[in-house]
Amino acid sequence: MITLAPADYTAIGLSIKIAVTAVGISLPFGFAVAYLVTFTRFRGKVLLEAVVNLPLTLPPVVIGYLLLLLLGRNGWLGRLLDGLGIRIIFTWKAAVIACAVVGFPLMVRAIRIGMEAIDLRLIQASRTLGAPWYDTLASVILPLSRRGVIAGSSLMFARSLGEFGATIIVAGNIPGVTQTIPLAIYDYVASPGGEPMAAALCLVSITISLAVLILHERLSRRDRGVA
Amino acid sequence: MELHLSLTKRFPSFSLALDQRLQGDRIGVFGPSGSGKSTLVNLLAGLERPDAGRIVLDGEPLFDSAGGINLPPEKRRIAIVFQNAHLFPHLSVRDNLLYGWKRTPEALRGIGLESVVEALRLEELLQRGVTNLSGGEKQRVALGRALLANPRLLLMDEPLSALDDTLRFQIIPYLKSVSERFRIPYLYISHSLVEMRLLTEQVLAISRGDATAPLPPEELALQRMGTSQVGFINLLRLAEPVRSDGLLLYRWGDVTLQLTGEPNGTSETLYELSSRDIILCRQHPAAISARNLLPCRVARIIPAGRKVGVALDLGDRELVAEVVADAATELAIEPGAPLYAVIKASAFRRLG
Repeated sequence: MITLAPADYTAIGLSIKIAVTAVGISLPFGFAVAYLVTFTRFRGKVLLEAVVNLPLTLPPVVIGYLLLLLLGRNGWLGRLLDGLGIRIIFTWKAAVIACAVVGFPLMVRAIRIGMEAIDLRLIQASRTLGAPWYDTLASVILPLSRRGVIAGSSLMFARSLGEFGATIIVAGNIPGVTQTIPLAIYDYVASPGGEPMAAALCLVSITISLAVLILHERLSRRDRGVA
Repeated sequence: MELHLSLTKRFPSFSLALDQRLQGDRIGVFGPSGSGKSTLVNLLAGLERPDAGRIVLDGEPLFDSAGGINLPPEKRRIAIVFQNAHLFPHLSVRDNLLYGWKRTPEALRGIGLESVVEALRLEELLQRGVTNLSGGEKQRVALGRALLANPRLLLMDEPLSALDDTLRFQIIPYLKSVSERFRIPYLYISHSLVEMRLLTEQVLAISRGDATAPLPPEELALQRMGTSQVGFINLLRLAEPVRSDGLLLYRWGDVTLQLTGEPNGTSETLYELSSRDIILCRQHPAAISARNLLPCRVARIIPAGRKVGVALDLGDRELVAEVVADAATELAIEPGAPLYAVIKASAFRRLG
């Protein structure tokens, strides 16, 4: 039988909290970027696409380091926040930011695929029927890209649960504060006799991932039934 | 409705240049695919922007490159009925119908849901989703959706092209009667001359981005007789058939026509007869297998390329036949000359 230490429950709770928050914060931005890239033409679009996709090709450790430079005591954003009394580095908020940045391209990609599948004529029909662009966005594009939004959110959630490299650099590995499931597993594996505990957490990790996958399937199937 | 178009739009493969003043409530835009018809729809609706020029509808400029005016689509109040209905898949039939209506200022909501549902017979579809409607039902809903936006002008962009023949001719009466009943002028875009003749008063013929002055659809059809694959299509509205020896007898003006086929009840039915299926004889043929032998006179001669179109006067009706130039000389065809028109019973094709 698997036994989990109280610290493990904290790590599980923290992982889920960080992943949910990262998805919640990224969703409006991911949707906006996917909309811009799919439906509008503007100068610098290629640059935006490149920047959004950069985390996909960079090692997470590099992203973590760059975030540290940006948000640290001497980083320009860090100094600004420090002046306001907000500390990000080595808190769970830093883990959220790390997860959001690393998972962002996956989310944008999934939403974009959903949006590209929308028939352009539907958007034109809505405009000629009297809807300004923001109305079309809310009444046609949003409901018709629901599947992409669901896919993007579950992808990012799953990716966040597994985030290690960027998190350990900006948030550290502080038990009870920033130690998520992967970091706890790392600690167990690194310490002698920790293998059974590591295996137990691995099992938890697999269970959560499966649950997310099943939920995603359910939601998108129901959606197909509606459409 | 008065529409003044004076615009240019360049594309990599062709450019559209129009300078037309269109007047009337049922105007056709005729042209083969790739002629710029669909571009014209997009330009009028505000979905694309002309390079330069003006679009003025009933005195109000929708676009004016010199004056810096370019109304967005939602401000133009020009609704489109697309070739494939393009109903919103996430909404019910009812919500599709009401989409434009909800976005119309209250003062302009002259047309309401009930009257449209009644006119287009949509009662039974209202609560259904749109994915399991038939092609004809979808197109009726799309028409209703466009009407309920209470537009100033309806653009019908090949609305019947995706439907089979039977359905097409079932929907045509709806298109016409609905626009008359709700007093909404339309621009009917199609590559079908028959649709033009059934639905429009004036036609703008576009080819390769260029257009001639608008003319009545019958005239356009006569002009194109020589180059058309099927010649000139005579359209006959026939009613109350009498059955006799497996044939249908229809009274048409002063003559009786014999047709093969099944009647469509006793109501008025539309038949087509190609100008190429009419044989002309100088004298009365003694014995002939064709069932229709109609005495007539030459009313007019219509030039049609290497052939000659012959308008035949059958008392109070007219048919157009087509013969090669040699035959016209041999038969001494000239206005007033008496002839016999010979038509096989199977040459008539029922539309709808």
